[in-house]
Amino acid sequence: MQIIISNSSKEPIYEQILKQIQTAILSGELAEGDALPSIRQLAKDLKISVITTKRAYEELEKSGFIYSIVGKGSFVAEQNLDVIREKKLRVIEEQLSAVISNSKEIGLPYEELQELLKLLYEE
Amino acid sequence: MENVIELHDVSKSLKAFTIDHMDLQIKQGYVTGFIGANGAGKSTTMKLIMNLLQPDNGEVSVFGLDYANHEKEIKDRIGFVYDSNIFYESLNLKDISRIVAPAYKHWNQKQFKAYVNQFELPLNKPMKKFSKGMQMKASITIALSHDAELIVMDEPTAGLDPTSRRELLDIFQEVMTDGKRTILFSTHITSDLDRIADYIVLIDEGEILFDKPVYELQEQYAVVKGSTELLDADTEAYFIKIERSPNGFQALTKKVATVKEVFGKHVVIEEASLEEIMFYMKGADHPYD
Repeated sequence: MQIIISNSSKEPIYEQILKQIQTAILSGELAEGDALPSIRQLAKDLKISVITTKRAYEELEKSGFIYSIVGKGSFVAEQNLDVIREKKLRVIEEQLSAVISNSKEIGLPYEELQELLKLLYEE
Repeated sequence: MENVIELHDVSKSLKAFTIDHMDLQIKQGYVTGFIGANGAGKSTTMKLIMNLLQPDNGEVSVFGLDYANHEKEIKDRIGFVYDSNIFYESLNLKDISRIVAPAYKHWNQKQFKAYVNQFELPLNKPMKKFSKGMQMKASITIALSHDAELIVMDEPTAGLDPTSRRELLDIFQEVMTDGKRTILFSTHITSDLDRIADYIVLIDEGEILFDKPVYELQEQYAVVKGSTELLDADTEAYFIKIERSPNGFQALTKKVATVKEVFGKHVVIEEASLEEIMFYMKGADHPYD
């Protein structure tokens, strides 16, 4: 698994790590039981502070993506993919509703919005 | 033990400078960056930690031990990297491994040689003839060769070229991977801290203004820019310090949510860099808001 950190991104570094590991798990690149690099090793490799990496791992643990065993490290937890998909779908619905209400505000017709979405999706 | 260093209610009066009832805890297993302007009290605090100065009042403990009864044991476990290395000036590294080494309980000659090779340090040249970068590497070599659990450094990266600085930061990160060691270092170069510091301690006029994990700083502080017309007695209270110019104001705030709500799109809100936090907190009217 590769993790790429942008120092100039507006997104906090721990969130970048969090999202990339989440994506690796959801896409199946990391499977249940796979070991993650140790917090300190990852901090060194990414040239960032230990506490930033620790924060990302703690959040992943809280949301059930990974679990940690003292002295052994962190591992990918069993994922209930259906539940995660369900949650993601709900988020997408909310975001699309916001897009639609924004479009209506400026009178953007459905066809143009669809065209725009298609363009962006295929990018 | 969670805190490697604890200062409890420490006061110290020097000629032109006072530390008044200082409390400070340095956490084990992490890198703490110690920042503040020149004369803010960084070196004095470090000297108190190293027992080069004794407090008038209060307690300093390192590894949970006090200097009065355990000085030798404490010093054995600390590596002190000072910007001018007073102890070893006229010695070369070969002498040091012969003379200094037996003073330490856990001297590791193999480790010493490995670092000397890695840093390409000459063994027969007196340390005072080393360049600044080499001196720093030599001091760190000695600290790491006696297996110091706590490495205290005063301005380790000052005066180093960018390549040497990066090299040093890499070494610090390497040193931190086993989780047993603790690094405390003071610096002006806040970009070093952006990369490796876990906790930041800011000192101003002998007073600790904050001691926080780095990500909290990014979350809690912001720089706000806008038109001076927005400022009045009420809105000024949102800011720690305000800088005005004919073209507008720039200010540091800790009330990011309020500022967003009140000013909305009339201001630009940016993440505050460590340098900006340091700059605005110095002599601020409301450093704690």
